[in-house]
Amino acid sequence: MIQSHDSIIVQSLGRFLIPVVQLFGLYVLFFGQYGPGGGFVGGVILGTSMVLPILVFGLGGTRSRLAKRALHGDGIGMLIYAGVGGLCLIGGGEFLNYAHLDIPGLETASRRSAGILLTQIGVAVDVAVTAVSIVLSLASEEVIEEPQNE
Amino acid sequence: MTFSFEILLLILLLVTAAGAILVKDLMSAVLLLGSYSFFLALVWAWLGAVDVAFVEAVVGAGLATVLFLFTLFETAPKDGRLRRPPPPMAALIALPLLGVLLLYAAKDLSEFGDPNSPPSVHISPTYLERSFQDTHTPNVVTAVLMDYRSLDTMIETIVIFTAGIACALLLRGKSS
Repeated sequence: MIQSHDSIIVQSLGRFLIPVVQLFGLYVLFFGQYGPGGGFVGGVILGTSMVLPILVFGLGGTRSRLAKRALHGDGIGMLIYAGVGGLCLIGGGEFLNYAHLDIPGLETASRRSAGILLTQIGVAVDVAVTAVSIVLSLASEEVIEEPQNE
Repeated sequence: MTFSFEILLLILLLVTAAGAILVKDLMSAVLLLGSYSFFLALVWAWLGAVDVAFVEAVVGAGLATVLFLFTLFETAPKDGRLRRPPPPMAALIALPLLGVLLLYAAKDLSEFGDPNSPPSVHISPTYLERSFQDTHTPNVVTAVLMDYRSLDTMIETIVIFTAGIACALLLRGKSS
């Protein structure tokens, strides 16, 4: 079990920095179409923003709950990515040809832009969850076993 | 002036890489590897590949260092061997030969920034001219990565997913 760090400097800085890191990760993810960045980097930054509370406040801390919950989302990113490809198939085009995404009111180029954004979100979710999962695996933590009251 | 800065960057790259291999304390080796990634990110940025520099800085200097440190906490932080075993004779002969072969083959590559090289003649101009009309995405790198080469990126995502699954299968649940 990872204990919380007992230094007040680390705790206050963590309290201040974690939302900033999350916000920056979202910025990098959604502005990857306009500047450097994109799904992969944004996902890694979002993943580290979930790992940081575990290191600072311990695994039992309230702020670490998001990371534990994120572990259940393994594979959702892949589902989003391949799902966009499937929607293109349904729309009558080739796999991952975003021009055939069936979004009403958008011309072809804007449909492609929307497809890029959706697949980037898929990559980001996948990378973020994988980062948290690998870190918790390396720390040999038992996190999934929450008591089930039946 | 910029020339000496580039040389300094490349020397620092070599020094940190050699230090990461040679140093005894594995914790220092991990931190040297992190600084190596950071210098490499600076080199990418200097070459104009900002997206690659971003990934290198975030993954190489950030996440990989954290993963290495976690591994060190679970294992021994010191290289316990008194002397490293000498490399085998075959490697000492074969690896320099391989290096010479690669350098010989590298002569066939086009020069860096050569306007007449095959990629600069048709592929790059096509992407640069058409990607905005095709996709309404100002960042050409993102357009190529997520639209023109979308299937490649999907397989890369599958690789990352597989890495996470493999780590969980190998490492989790051992204590119970």
